[in-house]
Amino acid sequence: MNAEPHLTAPNGIRYVAKNLRLDLRLIAGMIAPDSRVLDIGCGDGTLIAHLARERGCDARGIEIDMAEVAEAVARGLAVMHGDADIDLAHYPDQAFDYVVLSRTLQAVERPREVLRQMLRIGAHAVVSFPNFGHWRVRWQLFSRGRMPLTPTWDRPWYETPNIHPCTIRDFFALCAVEGYRVESWLAADQAGMRAPWRRASRLANLFGEQGVFVLQRTPNVRKDRPA
Amino acid sequence: MIIADPRPLLAHQCVRFEDGLSLDCGVELRELTVAYRTYGRLNRDRTNAVLVCHALTGDQYVAETHPLTGKPGWWDAVVGPGKPVDTERFFVIAANVLGGCMGSTGPLSIRDDQRPESGRTLPWGTDFPPVTIRDMVRAQKRLIERLGIARLFSVLGGSMGGMQVLEWAALYPDCVFSAVPIAAAAYHTAQNIAFHEVGRQAIFADPDWEGGRYWEHGKVPARGLAVARMAAHITYLSEQALTRKFGRRLRSGPSLTLFDDLFEVESYLRHQGSTFVSRFDANSYLSITRAMDFFDLAAEHGGDLAHAFAGSRTRFCVISFSSDWLFPTAQSRAIARALNRAAANVSFVEVESDKGHDAFLLDEPAFHRTLSGFLSGSAAAAGL
Repeated sequence: MNAEPHLTAPNGIRYVAKNLRLDLRLIAGMIAPDSRVLDIGCGDGTLIAHLARERGCDARGIEIDMAEVAEAVARGLAVMHGDADIDLAHYPDQAFDYVVLSRTLQAVERPREVLRQMLRIGAHAVVSFPNFGHWRVRWQLFSRGRMPLTPTWDRPWYETPNIHPCTIRDFFALCAVEGYRVESWLAADQAGMRAPWRRASRLANLFGEQGVFVLQRTPNVRKDRPA
Repeated sequence: MIIADPRPLLAHQCVRFEDGLSLDCGVELRELTVAYRTYGRLNRDRTNAVLVCHALTGDQYVAETHPLTGKPGWWDAVVGPGKPVDTERFFVIAANVLGGCMGSTGPLSIRDDQRPESGRTLPWGTDFPPVTIRDMVRAQKRLIERLGIARLFSVLGGSMGGMQVLEWAALYPDCVFSAVPIAAAAYHTAQNIAFHEVGRQAIFADPDWEGGRYWEHGKVPARGLAVARMAAHITYLSEQALTRKFGRRLRSGPSLTLFDDLFEVESYLRHQGSTFVSRFDANSYLSITRAMDFFDLAAEHGGDLAHAFAGSRTRFCVISFSSDWLFPTAQSRAIARALNRAAANVSFVEVESDKGHDAFLLDEPAFHRTLSGFLSGSAAAAGL
């Protein structure tokens, strides 16, 4: 089969990965090649383009911003206009191997329901979110008594789209309540570089600017089993 | 012999199928003719064919001067060398729909159920059996087979053309690699049917319609058909587009007379009506509007649109326009969601436009970029 000219630069160097945002590269690294992926809030489709071209995935996206959708489709990507809070309900069970939600969980209306839907339609959920437990956030709230403004939390409270901020430990707690198995997790700084404290959640919660989690739904626990 | 068609005689390129076609209504057409045009070249593997489906009043003259009107093809902006549907890359096929009046079997065709002793060869007229969108697609399938094409790289079309696209994907999923329903819907709403009924009643009310046998009297129901076209044309445009083009301007000075002075929008509609009459047959209009009204793809599949696409491997791109109130975005979103329920590969874009339903025919760069990108991406996936 002919090489696709737009997949590689004229000199044969694949350029997609180089341009991939660092945190997206982190997520891409958690996804098995040749899998079926749905990226919720995919923007202009950078991650799914990378997954499709570099890892042979059947990668699709949902995006709420119509201009981004048009951009993505014009790049030949399978992206549909939709809202994570509404449109996930229309996908069948286990239609994907991975469902990705990158830096969007804190902005949806019903994060808990969105997570449920992700693990209903996909075998794995890959979730990244900005960590509200970072020391800079804590310090600002403590020292000034005002809502924090940091490079990650960079909009004032009255116009931020981030209506459901949480910390890394909060997220662990939610996973426990919902019975999700945390397959892997890490904390990263804003640029997506891995932080060294990914084994200690308390330290990660203090020093990680964002958390990246891979979740799995645990099989339903049988009620008749003795505790 | 009665000349049923007062328009200049044209020799349309067509294929004839002697074994006819079984229609959804139960009638067997003994003979089927499909008039068509092609653009570009079929590749050696026969994998680059694109079928363009036309809307209610369109025809097969997609990307060339129309033989009757002398105007550019109706999708000249989209189909051609270097255009979104690139004829240097794809082999584009367009067929006149069953029930049409540009050479395919329709109300103007000589009826095939006459007893020989009658000695006359009469056109079908209003006795032409009711056809459906699915019948139209079956006729197109025959053409595609005759052209030696097993699988279409893409099927695309707007409005009623989009209905055919959906029907193609549902009826022949393995023959459609990608599908682009544009400004379309999976069923005709009560409002859609209502507008069509106004048009049909205008035709019925014209005394020159002569109960559908106007050709026997050497007439055409020009006034009725023109009014039908005028009413329909309003539904193809948005209020913003009408305001932008005409506002409240009068053709002459700002005088107040009852009927002498025309608002520019009146004059425009009259022109639309009168030019339409010279290229379209009234009974065809009745036949095709009815086919659209009957269309309900979910009903054909047990009431759930997702069932129409179950297991489909076709790549879909559903496109709507923000100011289209005839086939609004909500209809396209319902299609996209049904495709999601079927776990199909679907892109869905609402193009921002103030041009109304007709936007798919007009110069709309955002739409063209979307279409072109989707086709390129699909071509890469198809190994073209």
